[in-house]
Amino acid sequence: MSYLEHRLSVIPTGFGKILALNWAILLLLCAIAGVGFVMLYSVAGGNASTWTNPQIQRFIMGMFGLFVVAMIPIYFWRNVSFIAYVVAIILLIIVEFFGVQGMGAQRWIDLGFMRLQPSEVMKIALVMLLAAYYDWLPLHRTSRPLWVLVPVILILLPVMLVLRQPDLGTSVLLMAGGGAIMFFAGVHWAYFVSVIAAGAGLIFGIFNSRGTTWQLLKDYQYARIDTFLDPSSDPLGAGYHISQAKIALGSGGWTGRGFMEGTQSRLNFLPEKHTDFIFTILAEEFGFVGTMSLLVLYFLLMTFCIVAALGMRDRFSSLVTLGIAMTFFLFFAINMAMVMGLAPVVGVPLPLVSYGGSSMLILLLGFGVLQSAYVHQPRSKV
Amino acid sequence: MKRSPQEIQLSSRRISRRAVLLGSVQMGIVGVLGYRMRQLQIEESQTFRMLADENRINERLIPPTRGLIYDRKGRAAAINIPNYRLTMTRDQAGDVENVLDSLQKLIWIEPEQLIKTRDELRRRSPFVPVVVAENLTWEDFSKVAANAPVLPGITTEVGFNRRYPMGKNLAHVVGYVGPVSDFDLKRIAETDPDPDPLLHIPRYQIGKTGTEEKLEDMLRGTAGIQRSEVNAIGRVMRELDRTESVSGADIQLTIDTKLQNYVLARMNDVSASAVVMDTTSGDLLAVASTPAFDANLFVDGISSKDYNALRDNKFGPLRAKAVQGTYPPASTYKMITALAALEAGLITPGERVKCEGHIEVHFNKFHCWNRGGHGRVALQQALMQSCDVYFYELAQRLDNDQLVSMAKRFGLGVRHNVPLSAVQRGIAPDNDWKQKTKGERWLLGDTINASIGQGFVLTSPLQLAVMSARLATGKVINPRLVHSVDTVVQPSGVTGDLDINPEHLSLIQNAMYGVTNRRSGTAYSKRVIWDKYKMAGKTGTAQVVRIRDQQNRRNENRPWEQRDHALFVGYAPFDDPKYAVSVVVEHGGGGGSVAAPIARDIALFAQMNQVPPLGVYPKKERKTVGIEQSKIWGLLDQFDATETVDEV
Repeated sequence: MSYLEHRLSVIPTGFGKILALNWAILLLLCAIAGVGFVMLYSVAGGNASTWTNPQIQRFIMGMFGLFVVAMIPIYFWRNVSFIAYVVAIILLIIVEFFGVQGMGAQRWIDLGFMRLQPSEVMKIALVMLLAAYYDWLPLHRTSRPLWVLVPVILILLPVMLVLRQPDLGTSVLLMAGGGAIMFFAGVHWAYFVSVIAAGAGLIFGIFNSRGTTWQLLKDYQYARIDTFLDPSSDPLGAGYHISQAKIALGSGGWTGRGFMEGTQSRLNFLPEKHTDFIFTILAEEFGFVGTMSLLVLYFLLMTFCIVAALGMRDRFSSLVTLGIAMTFFLFFAINMAMVMGLAPVVGVPLPLVSYGGSSMLILLLGFGVLQSAYVHQPRSKV
Repeated sequence: MKRSPQEIQLSSRRISRRAVLLGSVQMGIVGVLGYRMRQLQIEESQTFRMLADENRINERLIPPTRGLIYDRKGRAAAINIPNYRLTMTRDQAGDVENVLDSLQKLIWIEPEQLIKTRDELRRRSPFVPVVVAENLTWEDFSKVAANAPVLPGITTEVGFNRRYPMGKNLAHVVGYVGPVSDFDLKRIAETDPDPDPLLHIPRYQIGKTGTEEKLEDMLRGTAGIQRSEVNAIGRVMRELDRTESVSGADIQLTIDTKLQNYVLARMNDVSASAVVMDTTSGDLLAVASTPAFDANLFVDGISSKDYNALRDNKFGPLRAKAVQGTYPPASTYKMITALAALEAGLITPGERVKCEGHIEVHFNKFHCWNRGGHGRVALQQALMQSCDVYFYELAQRLDNDQLVSMAKRFGLGVRHNVPLSAVQRGIAPDNDWKQKTKGERWLLGDTINASIGQGFVLTSPLQLAVMSARLATGKVINPRLVHSVDTVVQPSGVTGDLDINPEHLSLIQNAMYGVTNRRSGTAYSKRVIWDKYKMAGKTGTAQVVRIRDQQNRRNENRPWEQRDHALFVGYAPFDDPKYAVSVVVEHGGGGGSVAAPIARDIALFAQMNQVPPLGVYPKKERKTVGIEQSKIWGLLDQFDATETVDEV
């Protein structure tokens, strides 16, 4: 930073930090969470205490955490990112041995007041670590094979642990999120092209391994892929979720059936309707207008994040901002594609809307880091 | 780490470039998501909304109440009695065994029923009610209802079971209902491409025989539909709407059960059938076949022991012989032959034919029943004495087609339209028929056999009664079994005139009068001596085996199956005919000695509406009749005096 620049710009301190927050992003977060509260209220059949109240409590808690994180200088987060990553890895290993079984997967550590999913923590920790890594790495080494291998290992280590749970959705999210940061950081095109080619090979391998001794995925994951490819093949069995979700979505029409009037949800035809499939309730009850509104909110949030990142001069700041925005995008895009039958059902929640403690909390903390990056960037004196 | 401004420039330029690039990809993905939403929610919305409704709406049929059946005096013949039953819904019961234990402390439940219930509870969805006990007494039923709070999941229901209060009396007429079988479904699907969905209700009962079967469409009614909203596991959340069922039509039959009961009692110890017809309307007052069975046995499924006993009985209690049995009409057919010849002008009433006990035609001998011969007889004498040779002579003058067309004019060889099972057409044989079934040409000998109602001719007791009614009135009278449907009276069976020369007709009528009232008549001993009740008729004795196979044994010395059928047709009163009667006693022997007295008693009962007093019989007969009547008393059902008021 040049002397001139230093003279002309200043990093806000004290009360100024609050003013310097990106309020547009905060407002969008509240709006999206608000949609979630309304939908959870509807899913519970007009009962706020089932899901809405706990969700609001967690949101408030999360927002408080966001403010705290945002007030702490961004270099602190850069410096602790490696520690965060190591802690997340340890937690993943712990969950491997002591975790609570849920939905056929080992995912939680029961902390008493909430269930912690280490894989959620890892999503943010990985983004931070990779951003820090590329902040540290001299630019000219970015595309050197050895220096490309390091982040790949950093990504694959948690991916392997998460896959063992097994949680296909989060592994995909981690890989895509990590890969995106490598892409933003400027790793050479050729790597991505070859990885995509290898990915295609892997998919081929997965399908060929089926039924053999080296089967790569569990049977229920194969079943999900099968029904994704042809949901009508088993409308009352494994394809039930997808068919019913599509019915709920489609029956919404332009304006939906009205608040708390969705028959698919009220009559329990929808699976996991308060978590992964909550989008279908929104679609059924508020129709195309409702779903487009939420999509627009998500899109705006993403755009604001990218725009914020574009203005940042600090490499860690902009990479972490883009990484969090990317993770957020992957969340809602995979979830929506999943319930609309464009992607297999992999168990990814709709961010900030689905009921779920640790997911929302960690996501808000991630946005705290993003805000910290935004707040603590040098800006011109007014 | 510290970087040079150039590096910072480079770094942020590269990040910006790639962020914009990936941002555009993201925007594209958002676009795809939005497009997919539009596709699902706007373009295919109708389809999905329909699917959603299919998911949530469950249609349940409300079975209609089956129409009732009455006899002509309004006596109930088929009714629906409440079936008090208990059902259990596992979901609401909680601990099934606990509830069943408490229930057993209150009422007795058959152990087999309990096994069935437990099995079904295990198999069916927890929201489907399963029958725990059926046909409870009102006492037990109310006990359970009063204790409902300690019996969670138990529901008291009132269904309906079909009952036939007339028991044996109307079993062959009304028939019975039973659960729909796969065979029924197949049969119905052949004629009706869109069968009533009611038929698919488990154990739904439809008419299996008799009017229950033939008038099924009227009796069944129309199902109602209850549409309710169900959740994903099938629990009913609320009722959306309901179309009430429409009860089936009530049917009033023309049968007088009191008369029917008497007819059955009168023929109790033989395998016989009789039809009594009202000659003024065609109403079938009695259509009786013995032995009879109790239709109630079949409603809930008959035990195989009972069923085998009915099936293996050689008298065939399950057959409604009055319409299903076909017999050679024998001498009762001679009126037809005579009328055919008279109407064709082939003989005059006064022309005499010499009977020497047999005639020879084309080197074949045809015997008269009286081997000694009747001497020279004219038409009326020939009928009264039933001289076969006289009719052989007519047969040689007649063309068989003339005989057949006369038979059909009198309702023989014609399937009468009455709503009973397997109503037979009988056979009025002609050349075509013989070619088709035997592959042979019609011969003169066939006409000769037919002229005395033997050979290929077959008729049912119903047809004989119709013939008798037409002979009595000279009118076209069709049998009518349904008097009214939901109080709408059905058209009379009398539809026109037969166009028989009245002189010829009265000649025949007088000859029939002679059969039962003149000394030379074959049923003279069975006459009625009170003028008001005098009867006209004709006896018939139908050979079952050829004469040369009888090995010259007398009828009663032959095995039952080879004995002659005894027939009688007639009407009364002679002066103003009201009742036409036909009686066939299977392998009973002589028409005059066996069938005639039964027909006489039935006709008298029909006219008097009571067991006839001994005074109407000739003195010689009274002792026999007295013995007969003493046997009958115990078999007669009691009918209310008030019900005997005629006309409905």
